[in-house]
Amino acid sequence: MSQQSAPTAGDQGQNQPEMVSENFRERPIRVLIAKPGLDGHDRGAKVVTRGLRDAGMEVIYTGLHQTPEMIVEAALQEDVDAIGLSILSGAHNVLFPRIMKLLKENQMEDVLVFAGGIIPPEEEPQIRALGIGAVFGPGTTIEDTANFIRQNVRPDAGLASGETSGGSETWVDAGDKGQ
Amino acid sequence: MTTSQIDPALLDLARRGLTGERRAIARLITFVENRSPAAPALMHELTPHTGRAHVIGITGAPGSGKSTLTNELIKEYRRQDKTVGVVAVDPTSTLTGGAVLGDRIRMLENYQDAGVFIRSMATRGQLGGLAAMTNDVVRVLDACGKDIIIVETVGVGQDEVDVAKAAHTTILVEVPGMGDDIQAIKAGVLEIADLLVINKADREGVEKLDLYLKAMLNLAPRKPWRVPILKTIAAQGAGIPELTRKIDEHLAFLKSSGEYEKRERARLRDELLSRVREEISRRILRRELQAGGLAELVNQLENRQLDLNEAALQLLAQTRL
Repeated sequence: MSQQSAPTAGDQGQNQPEMVSENFRERPIRVLIAKPGLDGHDRGAKVVTRGLRDAGMEVIYTGLHQTPEMIVEAALQEDVDAIGLSILSGAHNVLFPRIMKLLKENQMEDVLVFAGGIIPPEEEPQIRALGIGAVFGPGTTIEDTANFIRQNVRPDAGLASGETSGGSETWVDAGDKGQ
Repeated sequence: MTTSQIDPALLDLARRGLTGERRAIARLITFVENRSPAAPALMHELTPHTGRAHVIGITGAPGSGKSTLTNELIKEYRRQDKTVGVVAVDPTSTLTGGAVLGDRIRMLENYQDAGVFIRSMATRGQLGGLAAMTNDVVRVLDACGKDIIIVETVGVGQDEVDVAKAAHTTILVEVPGMGDDIQAIKAGVLEIADLLVINKADREGVEKLDLYLKAMLNLAPRKPWRVPILKTIAAQGAGIPELTRKIDEHLAFLKSSGEYEKRERARLRDELLSRVREEISRRILRRELQAGGLAELVNQLENRQLDLNEAALQLLAQTRL
């Protein structure tokens, strides 16, 4: 939604109060935690899943052995704000570019992607060059991960991306004044 | 509200959803789930296109195999060339507000199928309740052309009963050996189930559970629809075609008996009233939180100057509703 449209929402608020939850702005960030590829260990992914839940996020976990197509399709249908990719197998240089390409093809560049697992530090720059926001190696705290997500997700955490971008805060404020 | 007043971008989003575009459907659900200020305008656009889907509720204790059963139903309905939407609900942690949504893990086979749309949802504890939120999400999927919509719920509490009420056909999943007989008596869902499924029917104790459920059903007041008991082994796909046949039979019964319209009206009436309740409390809260009147009343409650009824009436009088 464009900025210009905000007054419309405000006018509407006067004549026809909208039915909005008061906690609208505090709605949880949605994160998909995915295990791409063939490695068979997801202890780390599960710890992160649980930790982000405890940080107040809604975490979708899809289990082991996910193809890039499965991951992107799940992220699309769940309309997540962030995707965490956990990988231990060493295949990240094959799988990550495919995932990023698929996200782009689906106009999902606004979804924050971060990675974790076993990724050699010297490869970090090229992984970040793909558009992956951060690489969290062993020893990263859940708190650091959660803070990174909070600071880097699309600002309205999902209510206004692409075709409807720009104004959820404005709507709420306009609505409030309308009362 | 007429169409011309709605933001063109939102209108476009609604229209793309109506054509079945998956990304648009996902975004529409987000708006609705978050009770975004744009949601009413979107629902206005979508509502005329609703009312076509067969809504199936699946409930049962955690671990009874609801997600696996849902996955098998998706596959069976796809074989029958029907499109399927799934709303899978998992509980929100009351402590942190976060949730782990893990139902999708059992439904991954369908990821490349454009005829299937699966959305996980946390219970959140929203104003207006889970049922209101779920109903709106179901409406989005309905408007966007899904023939079958499966709502999979957490399996505990009054919310479950409300969510189940929104379905045309409610399935209660039971598993042999999961607890003593009294559990089934306590569960309010047994009273509103249209179909009972004994899942994991290769386990010990099936006959005992079957007998017990039959006895329970015989104790219930007689109704025109005889609640069938079906046996499935969802993990192996066993019993699923029979289950969908019974689901179809139930829908046919609803339609031929006039029960379909009756339930629809009752449900819409309930929904309307709860939406009004939600709106009233929202307005009171907004006004009182701004004016500070709420805090003063709580003070008086705390000092035992007022009792709860008096305080509530004063609050209502102040807001002139």
